[in-house]
Amino acid sequence: MNPIGEKYLRKSALPSIWCPGCGSGTVLSAALRAIDELNIIDKVGLVGGIGCAGWIPVYINADVMHTLHGRTLPFATGLKMSDPQRKVIVFSGDGDCLGIGGNHFIHTARRNIDMTVILVNNQIYGMTGGQVSPCTPSIAKSKTSVFGNPEKPFDSTEIAKAAGATYIARWSTGQPIQLARAIKEAIEHNGFSLVEALSQCPTQAGRVTHGMADPTKLLNLLRSNTISVKKAQKATEEERAGKLLIGTIYNNDEEIEFSDSYKTMVARATGSE
Amino acid sequence: MTDNNTGETMTKIIFDEMYCKGCALCIEHCTKKILEMSDKKTSKGYSVPQVIDPEKCSVCRMCEQICPELCVSVQEDKK
Repeated sequence: MNPIGEKYLRKSALPSIWCPGCGSGTVLSAALRAIDELNIIDKVGLVGGIGCAGWIPVYINADVMHTLHGRTLPFATGLKMSDPQRKVIVFSGDGDCLGIGGNHFIHTARRNIDMTVILVNNQIYGMTGGQVSPCTPSIAKSKTSVFGNPEKPFDSTEIAKAAGATYIARWSTGQPIQLARAIKEAIEHNGFSLVEALSQCPTQAGRVTHGMADPTKLLNLLRSNTISVKKAQKATEEERAGKLLIGTIYNNDEEIEFSDSYKTMVARATGSE
Repeated sequence: MTDNNTGETMTKIIFDEMYCKGCALCIEHCTKKILEMSDKKTSKGYSVPQVIDPEKCSVCRMCEQICPELCVSVQEDKK
């Protein structure tokens, strides 16, 4: 085990539940490196939902909440409001965060409460058996869309931006250095931060949608469908069509954060201002 | 890695066989392509990677960072 894992992981919970080649472990590694660089392991509050990605915080030897399916953000909001000094980091999958907890995602982003949401997007409900998720691409086959998905997928970064999030980045698990840097920036950012990690799922999305279970090929396939923020500025409409933006998509430090404004409100109401 | 070809440092890449699941992500993402799958199996039956040419390692730590099981460690041994 590498030194970061040796320092922060719960050995009693290992080995992990993930299939060989799953991207969730790379996200765990990147998050640990970000936490290590900031040296905040005593101050973090980690929240995980249900699903493969919801298991990420369980392996970290820190304060962890493993919550209901889709309800990571309400729990995290409660944690942040009761203890505003805590650095709240939420680990959630695409089905958990955007499907079942989609409404919570919009409203938490709207409040601009200081927390970091790491959205592990593997484009499928992996743990429950490979059902179609809000991020499954159109026409892609899954266990519940055997003739191809008739729906259009969500772009989480667009929703977050429209709802009021103030830091938005997206990287894939094939770029672990950039991913760790984005997580670090998101933790330091005062406001609602979303870091989407495009991740490979060799077992469900791999075998059923793409017909192969090789994690490297799947990761290359994911990355071939992306375009960096810099390139996208110069690219034509045709080159950008259907591709996901990669990089720091939005960063706004000027918006008022919710737990700060709430504290001011309480002080005004109780006359202690 | 040989530091400026003086032979002062030697890099060791260690794979923790207790946790390795043989997904081969480290092999494919190695920037110097110095890793390959060995015939050795872990107690759970997964193949473990091995280093072909440790001299060529540039200590970019890509294998360490991409490993989903955090089982690869790159150690720079100073002689």
